[in-house]
Amino acid sequence: MTQQLENILEVNNLQTVFATEGGEVRAVDGVSFVVPKGKTIGIVGESGSGKSITSLSILRLLAKNGKVNDGEILFKGKDLLKLTDKQMRDIRGNQISMIFQEPMTSLNPVYTVGQQISETLIIHKKISKQEAMKQSVDMLKLVGIPSPEKRVKQYPHELSGGMRQRVMIAMALACDPEILIADEPTTALDVTIQAQILELIRDLQNRLDMSVIMITHDLGVVAETCDYVAVMYAGQVVEYSDVRTLFKNPKHPYTLGLLNSLPRHDVDQEKLIPIKGMVPSPHDMPVGCRFAPRCPVATQACHTKPPMLESIGNNEQIRCWMYSEEWDGDSEVTLYGEKRTVKG
Amino acid sequence: MTKYIIRRLLQTIPVLIGVSILVFSLMFLIPGDPARVMAGEGASEQTIENLREKLGLNDPAYVQYGRFITSAVKGDLGNSVRSGRPVMDEISARFWITVELSIYATILSVFIGLIAGIVSAVRHYTLTDIFIMIIALFGLSMPNFWLGLVLIQWFALGNLPFGMDMPAWLFDIVQMRPSGWGESWRQMVLPVITLGTGGAAIIARMTRSSMLEVIGQDYIRTARAKGVSERLVIYRHALKNALIPVVTVIGLEFGGFLGGAVLTETIFAINGMGRLTIDAIRQRDFPIVQGTVLVISIIFVLVNLLVDISYKFLNKRIDLN
Ligand SMILES: Nc1ncnc2c1ncn2[C@@H]1O[C@H](COP(=O)(O)OP(=O)(O)O)[C@@H](O)[C@H]1O
Ligand code: SF4
Ligand SMILES: [Mg+2]
Repeated sequence: MTQQLENILEVNNLQTVFATEGGEVRAVDGVSFVVPKGKTIGIVGESGSGKSITSLSILRLLAKNGKVNDGEILFKGKDLLKLTDKQMRDIRGNQISMIFQEPMTSLNPVYTVGQQISETLIIHKKISKQEAMKQSVDMLKLVGIPSPEKRVKQYPHELSGGMRQRVMIAMALACDPEILIADEPTTALDVTIQAQILELIRDLQNRLDMSVIMITHDLGVVAETCDYVAVMYAGQVVEYSDVRTLFKNPKHPYTLGLLNSLPRHDVDQEKLIPIKGMVPSPHDMPVGCRFAPRCPVATQACHTKPPMLESIGNNEQIRCWMYSEEWDGDSEVTLYGEKRTVKG
Repeated sequence: MTKYIIRRLLQTIPVLIGVSILVFSLMFLIPGDPARVMAGEGASEQTIENLREKLGLNDPAYVQYGRFITSAVKGDLGNSVRSGRPVMDEISARFWITVELSIYATILSVFIGLIAGIVSAVRHYTLTDIFIMIIALFGLSMPNFWLGLVLIQWFALGNLPFGMDMPAWLFDIVQMRPSGWGESWRQMVLPVITLGTGGAAIIARMTRSSMLEVIGQDYIRTARAKGVSERLVIYRHALKNALIPVVTVIGLEFGGFLGGAVLTETIFAINGMGRLTIDAIRQRDFPIVQGTVLVISIIFVLVNLLVDISYKFLNKRIDLN
């Protein structure tokens, strides 16, 4: 019954490494997910799990000491990793745009808002300055900035954080991209402003029919905005599914732990059980399952053999031994106060 | 902004008064009787007494200072003890030579410093960067007078190292003639290099570190995410921000050249303010010494003021971030 969605972006087994003084660091190691056309996919995980590096890898905007080692990033069937720098520039800001976590510092302080939005338009649409400025005003209107004619002439320091994030959105959407990557777009903002910005992104997505990659550490944001979710842990995707399944029937112990540490009113929570332990250092990754040191049900095999990201059922992928034929633990386990039967 | 300018202008008044007091006291800081020192060895008592009378040295110090400051405000700094000409005339004849030298030296150091700094930052941690920074370190640590003497040895006297021959065109460019008013730019070449080298090194290092800091900023990542080419990321987005602190250094450097060209002018026999000061000290012509020191100090204070104001102006958008 499920209709086959067209995937605008496919990330397969992405591996991104950084050269550091302490040796090579694999910040992203085997990340796979798909972005269906017109949908929002969330990438969720604790800080340091490699969400930003994943998105920067897609746009090939890594710092000088970082590089993509392996994998492919298929945008409309073409591998972005194989494009020339020039071809990649034509995609950035035009077909794939990005907004960032820090609205206060993401705009250039010495140019006006209008100049900065215009620049994107002039680069990609090859239109005149005057025309670009006119369209910049329209964009500011689109993102709900009052008196846009006045605002285009202002410098970033004259705007609040929420306004600046709206400007960033206007700039990102100026060329009508097919994918918007939003890296924690509301994390640095006040709670009330957060809701407005999320609402704006959702509204524009519907109107402009684009796909969104919503990066966040906040499952609340995922619940509100996403159609699909990739849960990341220590540089890997550990669970990928549609958002309903994720909240109703989470499978990976880490996802369960995350959900359990989130206060919810839709289900009875006996008590909040936090995930014990700490995120492993990228210099010292566990050899088996990366979550094993913190997992309440880890077995001997978990500590020695790394699990693969396997498809289970329809459009669902899990990286956990519990869901494989080789599971050597109990067939009934209790995870964060929840009993579940696993196949074995 | 206007308030800031007015405040800074008012702040310079006590500084200028302090400077004038200091300059005035020069006369009393040297050991012995100023009139006797100025008159020179073997001068008769009568000559010394006349000089003392002429300079008003018999009055109490505060009366002398009052006279000094009231005429200074009117542009009268007294007369040279040696030539008898007004100090102001002596200075203005030399002033523009020093200004010219300082302007050329500033242009040279800005030109070389900016290019070297940008290249170094864009290629940081490559051999190019290391090479430029080593050269800059040399430029910074070389004493002016030493560089000047080396340049004279090599180019003016033609004693190139390793027995190399100097091509005629090069000799033509750097040859020195007796200096004076209306010096051709050719005579300025070696002194400008001497004076500007250290400045170029400072600007190169400053530009590099400022560029590196700016290149790491979030808005540079934003520019790249928009599809801006690497060239424009550097020249449109990074440079404009990175130059703000460099402008300050350039201004201060120019001020420093004006006051600090003493050695260079002496080595190359350029008749600028520095040379005038040195000669006056040698001849114990105190009114001239007072005059040059006062003029240089005032210029330095004013250049500083201008630099502060322009920095504030350029930094306005960033400051409030
Ligand atoms: N420039 C860099 N150099 C070295 N390591 C880096 C660099 N940037 C990121 N990393 C590593 O990548 C990991 C993931 O970072 P990031 O993707 O920013 O996490 P987040 O999920 O919070 O966005 C970090 O823990 C860090 O160790
Ligand atoms: S593989 Fe084992 S340690 Fe890892 S999450 Fe699954 S059960 Fe836990
Ligand atoms: Mg991040």
